[in-house]
Amino acid sequence: MATATAARGESAPGLLRRLDVGTALSAALFILLFGGWELAVIWGLMPAFVLPSPSDVVVRTVVDLTTATTLSDCVYTLTEILVGFLGALILGVGLGALIALNPLADRVLSPYIVALQTIPKVAVAPILVIWFGFGIESKIVIVALIDFFPILVNAVSGFRSTDPRQILLMKSLEATDWQIFVKVRLPNATPFLMAGIYISMIFSVIGAVVGEFIGSARGLGSLIVQRQASMDVIGVFSILVILTLIGIVLNIAAKMIGRRLAFWSETEGASGI
Amino acid sequence: MVAATIARSIATPARAPFIALDGVAKTYEARFGGQVQAVETVSFEIGHGEFVSIVGPSGCGKTTLLKMIGGLLEPSAGKITYQGLAPGRKKPQLGIVFQDAVLLPWRTVLQNVCLPIEVMRKDRAEGEALARRLIELVGLKGFEDKYPTELSGGMQQRASIARALVSDPAILLMDEPFGALDALTREYMAQELQRIWSSAAKTVLFITHSITEAVFLSDRVVVMTARPSRVAEIIPIDLPRPRDLQMTTSEVFGRQVAHIRSLLSATGEL
Ligand SMILES: Nc1ncnc2c1ncn2[C@@H]1O[C@H](COP(=O)(O)OP(=O)(O)O)[C@@H](O)[C@H]1O
Ligand SMILES: [Mg+2]
Repeated sequence: MATATAARGESAPGLLRRLDVGTALSAALFILLFGGWELAVIWGLMPAFVLPSPSDVVVRTVVDLTTATTLSDCVYTLTEILVGFLGALILGVGLGALIALNPLADRVLSPYIVALQTIPKVAVAPILVIWFGFGIESKIVIVALIDFFPILVNAVSGFRSTDPRQILLMKSLEATDWQIFVKVRLPNATPFLMAGIYISMIFSVIGAVVGEFIGSARGLGSLIVQRQASMDVIGVFSILVILTLIGIVLNIAAKMIGRRLAFWSETEGASGI
Repeated sequence: MVAATIARSIATPARAPFIALDGVAKTYEARFGGQVQAVETVSFEIGHGEFVSIVGPSGCGKTTLLKMIGGLLEPSAGKITYQGLAPGRKKPQLGIVFQDAVLLPWRTVLQNVCLPIEVMRKDRAEGEALARRLIELVGLKGFEDKYPTELSGGMQQRASIARALVSDPAILLMDEPFGALDALTREYMAQELQRIWSSAAKTVLFITHSITEAVFLSDRVVVMTARPSRVAEIIPIDLPRPRDLQMTTSEVFGRQVAHIRSLLSATGEL
């Protein structure tokens, strides 16, 4: 016990130092990469219409983010992402609870889920566009479909991980099944759910963009297609930056929510992407 | 000899009967086939307001027995009956203290202690006031807003004792509740438990591996045999109340402790 505390006491400043070195190296690598890239374009090693310089991309991104039409495309894609994700969350948690807690539902549904899980969801997207049209609906369905499985799988393990002693405690208090679910099973499953949510947050962006590639008049994905058609490479890169920013913001938001909801869990920190 | 001990084990308590076990047995189905006979056959009664302890070798089925008495586990044979229950109730309202604290890690100490109030939909304000008093009673004042991971094992267990008391249960089932406590806290908690018990007219079923604790607290001590378990003997403890620690050094006390110890070593343990 004493040695463990001592070891931890020693390693804390060590970790800090390693973190600092890591941050410094990471920053140095950033400068090296983007500086090299910038120089390569300036020196004419790469034609700017094939690979634009980082500074040109940044300037274009700022312009895009202050232009009403591009901003409305951002909002459009974000709507697809969030609505699709929310749908997947509700369905995934609901079905996950059912499968985890009801043996019959488990036996009936699990074979289908295993089978469906192996289908590459992106390959289904063209069919979904045919079914749900070129509007926002088909993209929402694609996002929901891609997000559904990571959430479902984690929900099932989450709801199955309940400590039987906690259930016994609730039974001793004559709790109803609903009380047991809300007060014990759901909080217990939260760290697992968060792990699924981190993954699907990233999948969401992919799903929305793929959906728009296949057929859409609006959104960041369709903007990429339009700009590619007019050989506007800087414009494509700019959208790429915006999509990356969206991904980062969503990830940070999910992590912050996760840290609040599953603050008590030790596994939470390690399970995200 | 065996017949004699069984005959003796059906002895009824002096108080009005509350819970009666009649030929109760439990055989577990093992996960990969096969069976584990935990409790062979047990019959005894617990009186209203009585303090009964169970001592026995580890793995003899004490926890199993406690769960069956609380109606949380079906006996495989025999039956358990309750008397004098409030109308409409099939089993008494329970307060359980498990071997480990079983606190919900996402709730603070106060929220954990208030759990029974929420589940039973009792008055919140009243419940919280009682919860705060009980938290103070178990020596956790100042820790109301701490989370379980911030507490030592002993402190967690004390929080779980407060939780068991907050619903004012008809019977308190305690499964080696003081196992995680240090010796001093343990003595203190035993005295507190005696005080709570005598002031609140509660029935207590108390499992312990401390013979001294059992004798100190109980009206009667049920000594179990090794698995598959039966009742080896039921020993009435007729020391006057309230009992203080001074009494544990008395001759009568020592004799009863020695008697129980000899019973347990006869069953092949300790
Ligand atoms: N759910 C269960 N399934 C199978 N065997 C069990 C189960 N619970 C307890 N047992 C077995 O029953 C016996 C009695 O257990 P228990 O009541 O916990 O004993 P004690 O509390 O006296 O230590 C032990 O041998 C244990 O392994
Ligand atoms: Mg036990």
